[in-house]
Amino acid sequence: MSDQDLSSAAKIETKGLKARFGKLEVLKGINLRFPENSVTAIMGPSGCGKTTFIRCLNRIHELTPGAKVEGEVILDGINIYSPNVDPVAIRRRIGMVFQKPNPFPTMSIYDNAVAGLKLNGIRNRKKLEELAERSLRMAFLWDEVKDDLKKPGTALSGGQQQRLCIARALAVEPEVILMDEPCSALDPVATAKVEESIVALKENFTIIIVTHNMQQAARISDFTAFMYLGQLIEFGKTSEVFENPKNELTEKYITGKFG
Amino acid sequence: MKKSNTSTSISLWRRFTNRLMTILIVLAIILAITPLIFILVEVLIQGGSVISLAFLTHLPEPPNVAGAGIAPALVGSFTMVGLAALFSIPIGVGAGIFFSEWSSSKLASLSGFMNDVLTGFPSMVIGLFVFIIIVLTTKEQSAFAGGVALSFIMIPIIARTTSESLKLVPTTLREASMALGIPRWKTIFRVVIGTGKTGLLTGIVLAVARATGETAPLLLTAATNTHYITSLFAQPTASLTVLIYNYGTSSFASWQAQAWGAALVLIVIMLALNLFVKFIMGRSLTEARME
Repeated sequence: MSDQDLSSAAKIETKGLKARFGKLEVLKGINLRFPENSVTAIMGPSGCGKTTFIRCLNRIHELTPGAKVEGEVILDGINIYSPNVDPVAIRRRIGMVFQKPNPFPTMSIYDNAVAGLKLNGIRNRKKLEELAERSLRMAFLWDEVKDDLKKPGTALSGGQQQRLCIARALAVEPEVILMDEPCSALDPVATAKVEESIVALKENFTIIIVTHNMQQAARISDFTAFMYLGQLIEFGKTSEVFENPKNELTEKYITGKFG
Repeated sequence: MKKSNTSTSISLWRRFTNRLMTILIVLAIILAITPLIFILVEVLIQGGSVISLAFLTHLPEPPNVAGAGIAPALVGSFTMVGLAALFSIPIGVGAGIFFSEWSSSKLASLSGFMNDVLTGFPSMVIGLFVFIIIVLTTKEQSAFAGGVALSFIMIPIIARTTSESLKLVPTTLREASMALGIPRWKTIFRVVIGTGKTGLLTGIVLAVARATGETAPLLLTAATNTHYITSLFAQPTASLTVLIYNYGTSSFASWQAQAWGAALVLIVIMLALNLFVKFIMGRSLTEARME
């Protein structure tokens, strides 16, 4: 069912990943391999399970009461769901940016950027400042906030807040970054800036982005996965999936016959 | 013929009804506030003449003896409310965290329900209960027993206000923190409580105000005393509220006057606590407005 690009090493992959909320099965067995240092877009109509899917990748899904996960998610050869793996440690290696920007309201811009480090016990002032600057630069936000680092995180515009959340995720130095429709709450100018940072980030990170926006997927992703009703329908290089979809459902979605 | 809808003036009937309703609502407000104003004015008049520095710093005296004061009662109230706060803040906040962060567990919903029942519990019954478990077993009335009784009143209030404040913190903030690889307990204490701390503080201060004004729980557990206490565990302890009760129901005019004075002191304390709450809430609103 899926068309895999095997030429680059898979940084993270799923084997038979199933997920449910109580009795409702939302993911019906997904097998997907995400190549290292690339951007993969996950697309599909509302309710197809794409958000649930990425929330399974960093073990956030299981935090919802009644939520269950089956199957394997393998990061660098290790199944993150095996019983001796600490979910907290995994979440430091797989970061997440949410749909609506969610900076911590009681913290300044600087404190937000280093929250993942400070709250994990890193106290060295110099190291924190270095990492704050580096991650804010990588999120293309440094120049706009460098003189206002003490201002509350919520004093920024929507697009800036989202880039702050990206910086916050980057500061922990993860290997994989999950993004759940990161631009859906942003205006086109802010969206363009965020997309610019995503494309720059893929040199050093493996990025998986859920998006509703087909044009965005076409703009920034190397690979695309199309999901429908909890199943993976098609996966391949973005250009091929869009120009030459192998599955009829994919073709219908891309041409807008349903959405 | 149908009445025209293109008229832009408000009909006479609607204007009259609007006026009538406004007057009724204002009347209702006046009706609600009037008893409070009467009480405040009466206490101010009756108690104002008794207040002096001596009144606040001297020991009590027999009726009609000059230079009497309520100092031990003031200190006793502070002591017992302080003890109660010491017990009830950790327990109440802890329970509130449990109700909020583990809200899906059956234990949380059951104990949450019982907590709400306790909030409205008759304070005399609480006093009687503490009398039996502490005073009868230790054979002493004490500040400790009084403090425990007051804490039984404060804990359900703090637990409920804490849980409500924490529930207001959006789930997305918890998820953002967890997604950074921050362990759950730190997420709760640094992020969730950090965000909800204004509500927490407000609840605690309101519980303190409530405890300061309670009489029934102290009647049997701490009773009264004419001197400062030297032991928290083995001596009856005076309090403002019990003093007001004892003096006010006595047949001596000088003691009754002192009761009014103590009542005024108590009301000033309550007012100060409530103003403090407004101050806390006002500051957090200002911070929010900076966004």
